[in-house]
Amino acid sequence: MNVYVLMKRTFDTEEKIVIENGRISDDGVNFIINPYDEFAIEEAIRLRDAHGGEVTVVTVGAEDAEKELRTALAMGCNRAVLINNEDVEDGDQWSTAEILAAYFKDKEFDVILGGNVSNDNGTGQIGPRLAEKLGIPHVSTIVKIEIDGNKATLERDAEGDIEIIEASLPLLVTAQQGLNEPRYPSLPGIMKAKKKPLEVLELDDLDLDEDDVSGRTETVEVFLPPEKGAGRILEGDPDTQARELVRLLRNEAKVI
Amino acid sequence: MARKTLVLAETRDGQLRHVSFEAIAAGRQIADGGEVVAVLCGDDVAGFADALGHYGADRVVVVENEALKYYTPDGYKQAWQRVIETEAPEAIVMGHTAVGKDLSAGLAARLDSALVSDVTAIETGNGDPLFIRPIYSGKAFEKKRVKEGLIFITIRPNNIPALEKDETRPTTVDRLDVPISGLRTVVKQVVKKSTGGVDLTEAKVIVSGGRGVKSADGFKPLKELADVLGGAVGASRGACDAGYCDYSLQIGQTGKVVTPDLYIACGISGAIQHLAGMSNSKVIVAINKDPDANIFNVADYGIVGDLFEIVPLLTKYFKEVLQEA
Repeated sequence: MNVYVLMKRTFDTEEKIVIENGRISDDGVNFIINPYDEFAIEEAIRLRDAHGGEVTVVTVGAEDAEKELRTALAMGCNRAVLINNEDVEDGDQWSTAEILAAYFKDKEFDVILGGNVSNDNGTGQIGPRLAEKLGIPHVSTIVKIEIDGNKATLERDAEGDIEIIEASLPLLVTAQQGLNEPRYPSLPGIMKAKKKPLEVLELDDLDLDEDDVSGRTETVEVFLPPEKGAGRILEGDPDTQARELVRLLRNEAKVI
Repeated sequence: MARKTLVLAETRDGQLRHVSFEAIAAGRQIADGGEVVAVLCGDDVAGFADALGHYGADRVVVVENEALKYYTPDGYKQAWQRVIETEAPEAIVMGHTAVGKDLSAGLAARLDSALVSDVTAIETGNGDPLFIRPIYSGKAFEKKRVKEGLIFITIRPNNIPALEKDETRPTTVDRLDVPISGLRTVVKQVVKKSTGGVDLTEAKVIVSGGRGVKSADGFKPLKELADVLGGAVGASRGACDAGYCDYSLQIGQTGKVVTPDLYIACGISGAIQHLAGMSNSKVIVAINKDPDANIFNVADYGIVGDLFEIVPLLTKYFKEVLQEA
């Protein structure tokens, strides 16, 4: 089985956001694999272990993403591909989907997995966009996948309800929390990862010009939310505190 | 510049979702005097058309087909493609919901169009409309513009207010027959886990529990309070990881990002990942035993105390004042 998994390098969820010269600063920031992509990587490895074949992990991003690709290789992916998009102007989800579609054009695949959303831009667009571009079906926010021959049975999280879905391969799926418990890379895994193939592609290698993929949207400003001042601590015994809170929410904040 | 604008009208559990009305309001802003057309897809949905008119849709296009009973990307893309060919819109607005999020992205690719997802505010003035959306789960915001072509956005529920309901507002309803075929994903069954409660992303009030809730049973008083307030129950990652509740309730950087009018955090310490998911709520209440808990730094009102003592008292007193009202 040919399994591909889409990965994005994102800020560690612990990071605070700092804006410098109108941009989000990545000075001294810790990067991680986007948490939802970790579920996708784990599931890709499990599918390969159950059905044979190979897992290729693909990212579109800056060259620094090599580190996170090595982590994915250490978890158990067979090979990695980094598509460098550093020269793309106003790169947005349209751009990334175009680049990925160009990469997959001549590839054979049974399943493509990705996270359902990245925790930086948070659009959730890439999976459904890529499936459409490749002319294959997709199921988003899955919490279970079983493959039998050419058929997949999936469970999809639809805002708390579970849809049981049947689909045929080739198929693109996006992972939701609850799909699995991603493994940590083992020490032998980390050693092996150093020797696994990691291919770096430029847009040119995909017959793309950077102007072909410059974004269709433009970010005109980034800003931080207004700082919240510390609130009021209610004093007294529990009964007094509860009565006072009910009164404040009703008469002062007027939310009830 | 007047723009003809299509809006996704979405139903769930036999009801129109409120975000549909919010999408109409957003549509009116972008349409700038142009026609706002709500699009209603499903197997038996025509009865909802009038309500869409009452909330500001100029016209409603109804596409009814057995194959649209459940959302599938293939089925809904086919229906919408036909509507778009017929209507030739200059803008599209959908809710950023399980359906809207998925459909908008696939459809944008089919139309080779930009898409600005999860918008929380719209600025209109002289130039192009500008869209404000959270990034890094609300730790920051960006303002975006569509460079050219179709203006396509999804809006986060609970942020853009719906228009005032006007039952005298007339609506025109057009039916469009769309043959749906070749669905490559099929919904065999839907297992209801949300137990008919209020949807977390659309709830006006959320009562949320953390590790301090101590057990699955510990969520009962929170649920009672949420029920009295017509709200939903949420949880921190800590509570989900500990197995006290389902991951579908998780609020935070992984999990749902919510912006209710009132967020009551019970026994939640306030890790930065959790704050990212809820700190843009309008009013935040924190109840925690630990006076140094980080959650108090974002709370408008704080009670240092035992949630198992405080929460039932809140339920009791809210019941009293709501009965008086």
